[in-house]
Amino acid sequence: MSNPPDVPVYKRRDILEPVAELGQLAARTPVYRNTGSEVYDWIAVGRDEVRAILGDTERFSTRPPQENPDLPRPRPEPGNLLMYDLPEHTKLRQKLTPDFTVRRMRALEPAIERIVTGQLDVLEKAGRPADLMKHFARPVSGLVGCAVLGIPRDDLPQLARMTDIRAARRSPKRTAARKAFNAYMDRIVAQKRRDPGEDLLSTLIQRHGSGLTDQELAGICSSVIAGELENASEMLGLGALALLVHPDQFGRLRERPELMENAVEELLRYVSVVSVASPRTALEDVTIGGQVIKEGEVVGCSLFAAHRATAPGEPPDTLDITREPGSHMALGHGIHFCLGAALARMQLRIAYRGLLDRFPGLRLAVPPEELRFRLLAPQHGIETLPVEW
Amino acid sequence: MELRVDRDRCAGTGQCALFLPAVFDQSEDDGKVLLLEPRPAAEQAASVRAAARRCPTGAITLLVTETSHG
Repeated sequence: MSNPPDVPVYKRRDILEPVAELGQLAARTPVYRNTGSEVYDWIAVGRDEVRAILGDTERFSTRPPQENPDLPRPRPEPGNLLMYDLPEHTKLRQKLTPDFTVRRMRALEPAIERIVTGQLDVLEKAGRPADLMKHFARPVSGLVGCAVLGIPRDDLPQLARMTDIRAARRSPKRTAARKAFNAYMDRIVAQKRRDPGEDLLSTLIQRHGSGLTDQELAGICSSVIAGELENASEMLGLGALALLVHPDQFGRLRERPELMENAVEELLRYVSVVSVASPRTALEDVTIGGQVIKEGEVVGCSLFAAHRATAPGEPPDTLDITREPGSHMALGHGIHFCLGAALARMQLRIAYRGLLDRFPGLRLAVPPEELRFRLLAPQHGIETLPVEW
Repeated sequence: MELRVDRDRCAGTGQCALFLPAVFDQSEDDGKVLLLEPRPAAEQAASVRAAARRCPTGAITLLVTETSHG
């Protein structure tokens, strides 16, 4: 699919590949002045510059610029860790981290295996060609989110609907959807306070008591569900697409299951599902990449460019599941590194393993040029992914 | 080769423990880094360096001494 003219260069992709202009920009101006965006004054496309900005919590904040700098900064939405600055960030993150470790996430493995097996059945029953997004990627991620929080799986369709409307930029129902979504999370927290289960939300409640407020807990739940429905689902689908358009890599991974961990890292890097990291606001004037970012100006850090753009004349970046996993930033960099990283990696591993085992002959049911992508959303996304086997 | 971890900088992302569990672990209390092996063997140098580079908050430092006497 060609890129419509209103898609800015830092969001353009040819299927999964960067456009040549992105590499030219990264080589010439690693940080460039941006026009035509309501959000970003600058876009960082150089790998070193992106890394430096995301790692510099002292001079860059994830909070939006203040209309009136004389007023004290308003508090972030409770529980939305991404919007916390130091030192509040540390205080909240420390309470959550012990329950998001690799070790703790392993306890969820059997539940995720069951979810994946169930959706493989659904995909198979849907018949050829089937939509891998609708029958597999979206429900797997959504159900994992529900399992983590102890939310009934029957509530997933309404949560997914609210999440979609909430993210739609021009929908008149957006505010109502956001309110309904938040009200749902408030109800879940209240219910788990009364009647705790085995889930992670209940564990947090029992461990911290009043040390985590209801608003904080609801905010954490929102982040988990949004992370699953908006990021993990698209990553799962686009990673599958990456393998499908590289049959050699698909075959190698099928034959060598021990490559899975490595393959997931490479797919995270290659897909860079979050094209541009959350906007960073300069807290003072910062000179970087030959530019001066003034206090209060906002930078978009292109993770996709940092991972994939190559200078003119250099060989293009390729998918290689045997590549030594470097220090990619697909799950973030700095203090806002994804809290759910261990969960995300585990579900990707289980999901891809399941797909390869169940459908060893999995292939695209349409030419890749016919696929329709969501280029303007914060996450790179795909509308449908028709597959056959 | 000697390793230092800065628990103030550590955000508990668990990257080190994931990629090099023989050397790093995560605390059960605050999720932050625990150093299992402050003086890793020389043959681990490459993976320890990679783990330090991979740390999203730069909480791992590698001190390389010119002459090592144990």
